[in-house]
Amino acid sequence: MNAVWDWISAVADWAAANWNPPGDQERGVWPRLVEHARLAYLSILIGLAAALPLGLACVRWTRLYPPVLTGVNVLYAVPSIALFFLMLPYTGFSDWTAIVPLALYTLVILLPNVVDGLRQVPDHVRQAAVAMGFGPLRRLLTVETPVAVPVIIAGLRVASVATISMVSVASLVGLGGLGQLILSEGFRRQFDAPIVVGIVLTVVLAFVTDALLVLSQRLLTPWVRRDGRRRKRKQRAAVPAGEAAAVDAGADPTQSAETGNGAHPWMS
Amino acid sequence: MDVLNELVAWFTDPGQWSGPAGIPARTAEHLQYSLLGLLISALVAVPVGLLTGHTGLGGFATASLANFARALPTIGVLFLIVLLVGIGLMPVIIALVALAVPPILVNTHEGVRQVEPALKDAALGMGMRGREVLMHLELPVAVPLIINGMRTAAVQVVATATIAAYVGVGGLGRYIVDGQARQDLTMMVGGSLLVVFLAVVTTLLFAGLSRLLVAPGLRALAATGR
Repeated sequence: MNAVWDWISAVADWAAANWNPPGDQERGVWPRLVEHARLAYLSILIGLAAALPLGLACVRWTRLYPPVLTGVNVLYAVPSIALFFLMLPYTGFSDWTAIVPLALYTLVILLPNVVDGLRQVPDHVRQAAVAMGFGPLRRLLTVETPVAVPVIIAGLRVASVATISMVSVASLVGLGGLGQLILSEGFRRQFDAPIVVGIVLTVVLAFVTDALLVLSQRLLTPWVRRDGRRRKRKQRAAVPAGEAAAVDAGADPTQSAETGNGAHPWMS
Repeated sequence: MDVLNELVAWFTDPGQWSGPAGIPARTAEHLQYSLLGLLISALVAVPVGLLTGHTGLGGFATASLANFARALPTIGVLFLIVLLVGIGLMPVIIALVALAVPPILVNTHEGVRQVEPALKDAALGMGMRGREVLMHLELPVAVPLIINGMRTAAVQVVATATIAAYVGVGGLGRYIVDGQARQDLTMMVGGSLLVVFLAVVTTLLFAGLSRLLVAPGLRALAATGR
């Protein structure tokens, strides 16, 4: 027990000593963490920016959805390690080598969620908006998108955890934030402390991001909470039906075999 | 298009297709690690998942494990194990098993949990015992999800077996590691393409497998969309 405690304190000591060494930008833990967060967040944001118009198009022109979904799924089957190396001839050792593949991977989770989120807007809500004289664009921005937010954020939560853990792989092409810590500080020097620090901080970053997304959903959709207490039973039939379907999409054994897709990458 | 020409030259070089460093030998090594890792994972995860799913125990534990495992950076886990155990095939297999167990376990557990209660009641009403319900009802209904979990695991394993080369063993990752060491971009890209090809073949293989193993009644149900 004592040995374990000594080991933990040795790792913590190393992290404290190397947290942000002045004048040595390459080796600090903090700069690596910032780089990690930057690569992951940029990839997720670009993925979302691509998934929203693509999802809209897929809802508008239904025929578009199956081929686009298949394409995205095929991309997802390409291993990240291989994709990073395949990017090298085009993007070199810039951030884009990591960001482009990671953003493409988020699509496999985000696109179905955007589409499901927009599709589950109840018809009477849409008709009410039309009756109030809302045009298509105003309806989309002020009615349909807010209703879809919980489902989209459910997708973002899954995508962000996956992306944050995958950034480390980019260390093999010389990027990768905390992955650099793991590879060059830890593995190449046969030293366990940086590896452990890298793993722990990656997991912490993933969980903090997840908590932020949950918080932002509460802020963005106050009506879900307000209504929740009063109309819990009705809610279950209306909004969360779609939400549950999106969160557990593909968990249904009969459907997942067909569609092979869902918010949970493992269920797909 | 220089890259493309060099790639074609790389793939068509007859020296590339024989010997211990040739593409067939490297692919065989790669497949050997992947299969071994996947097989051990399935042997661990499927029985445990069936048990937790059937008894309803450990649902929270599997969900937590899944979340935690998804956040873990694989290369960190692999390099840490190598540091602790030493270089060789064993740490690679351990890392691959650690990677593949969660998706298989969670999908098996969920697959069994999602069997409709009415079906289970019917099975019990027909006089089936607990074990029979598991083997004759819950397992067949869960097969599509179990195969999905194994496919996800297999693709990840095939991709990650590439890192085996970083810790001194063979496989297709050798082309990437050696290419990096020699500043030979063609070799790196060629190796990556081979890994992509293997991953796509794996996906197709599991699509075929689910066609073979999913009960015809379930497939009919899925086709009509319930």
